[in-house]
Amino acid sequence: MSEPRTARQIRDDVAAGRSSATEACEAALERIAHIDPSLNAFQTVAAERALDRARTLDRDHAALASLPLAGVPIALKDNLCTRGLTTTAGSRILDGYRPPYDATVVSRLERAGAVIVGKTRCDEFAMGSSTENCAYGPVKNPWALDRIPGGSSGGSAAAVAATMVPVALGSDTGGSVRQPAALCGVTGLKPTWGRVSRYGLIAFASSLDQIGPIARTVEDAALVLQAIAGPDPCDATAALAPVADYAAALEPAKGLRGRTIAVPRRLLEEGLDAGVRQAFDDAVEALKARGAKIIDVELPHNRHAIAIYYLIATAEASSNLARYDGVRYGVRAPLDPGDTLIAMYGRTREAGFGPEVKRRIMLGTYVLSAGYYDAYYLKAQQVRTLIRQDFERALASADVVALPTSPTPAFRSGERTADPLKMYLADVFTVSAPLAGLPAISIPCGFADGLPVGLQFVGRPFDEATIFGVAHAYERDTDWWKARPPVSG
Amino acid sequence: MAFTKEDVERIALLARLALTSEEKELFARQLADILHYADEVLAIDTAGVPPTAQPLAAPPPLREDERRPSLPREEALAAAPDPAQEAGFFRVPKVIG
Repeated sequence: MSEPRTARQIRDDVAAGRSSATEACEAALERIAHIDPSLNAFQTVAAERALDRARTLDRDHAALASLPLAGVPIALKDNLCTRGLTTTAGSRILDGYRPPYDATVVSRLERAGAVIVGKTRCDEFAMGSSTENCAYGPVKNPWALDRIPGGSSGGSAAAVAATMVPVALGSDTGGSVRQPAALCGVTGLKPTWGRVSRYGLIAFASSLDQIGPIARTVEDAALVLQAIAGPDPCDATAALAPVADYAAALEPAKGLRGRTIAVPRRLLEEGLDAGVRQAFDDAVEALKARGAKIIDVELPHNRHAIAIYYLIATAEASSNLARYDGVRYGVRAPLDPGDTLIAMYGRTREAGFGPEVKRRIMLGTYVLSAGYYDAYYLKAQQVRTLIRQDFERALASADVVALPTSPTPAFRSGERTADPLKMYLADVFTVSAPLAGLPAISIPCGFADGLPVGLQFVGRPFDEATIFGVAHAYERDTDWWKARPPVSG
Repeated sequence: MAFTKEDVERIALLARLALTSEEKELFARQLADILHYADEVLAIDTAGVPPTAQPLAAPPPLREDERRPSLPREEALAAAPDPAQEAGFFRVPKVIG
């Protein structure tokens, strides 16, 4: 099998007539058929649909050649609605659900010339850090098959890491793009809240959810963001701010000279795996050696981030998931004669939701219930403001804040499933960016015991260009992104 | 913070979840653990701090409220577990006695 191409290479080859969209699609489908049986990353492979689409694109080469993602095969997390193509969000309650419409990101990707090859497994309703909460089976880490790929976009990260597809979309609420990207050794971006339309993204926590690309290179992540970003009449929270030219941000001349990178040293004093610490410290030294100015910052409220994240996210989830009631879509539990509407709701939701989703609905319902709203939910929203202000201060004197993406490398499957709180702590360095609404990227920065480690940059609102620029400059001078897991062949 | 079985049952009813007795016991324990961890937040001084409900500095203005084509009714009903296509309704168990 030849060296898998990046999205940029595929686009350039297709535009120049060196290869076709159909060839790129066939290659991706072959790799999926060959590799995915050992990883379980795909929920649905839409082979015929993808080939039809690729052949249609190839019939008009002149039109295809001008498209920014011409012929690029892409996988979508299974919580993104695709018209007529099963979309489960990893839940039994949406078993067999065929959405009547496409998410805005889906129609934008197709308009840009991309070919959707399939849907990837995820934690149920994106609730998890390991993709073990998928009702249709867990996904394995391509670097170590006895370990988790991270979550909740674990299928998308594994598919890109194993080079089944060059790029994929995930969604990030508390780290669900960046953490699996880090644990699988690829690049993942969570854009600024409002940068990408959420229309057609199955909602988990609406004030935090954001769709983002997973890719092997920063350039590919930028190409995908360029295609999906921008205002949308179908999402009132999709911001009107102009979309920057991300390709221009990657020009080598920009480099790291004149960049200031803030490192919250005190925050990293405890709870960091030794191998992750080593890889992170080496990365900071490398940034410094390449001309970046490194400063220390305090993020004093970040130690409360996990607690308030799980109060806010579960509260929003309990409200968003009220729609799964066995009436308008999804699966209804079998009823006995004389069963009431209330009984139908309760039994449908009991049978349709998995344990983690029920746990979060229960917690969220509790914190929103009479007598506890002010104590928990309002308080959490106030602390959210303090976390946002900490980042505003840090980013007033720095271009980006650098953090490890995950405190540990990929853990073993089953290791944390019995202890939800321990599982939640996997997100300790990723929840603050969505709480503050800020863009953040994770890129590969080394290995700990043979497992990938991710380096995270958090940037200013709507300034994805700067984090792409910094990440690209680091990536260009290091070879970490080129490493491929044995399973990729 | 301790959770009684009655607390869990009250929340489960609000959430429309018909939990098993095993789940009630498990969640009583786990929710108490999680809230115990979250209790650190209660001690933070937030006097005068405005809450953040969403992170955008300025939400975009709303579009004009104009009539536009919407999902055809038969498509909206197509994914329902028990649609009444001809009548154009979602069918549910009897609500009024």
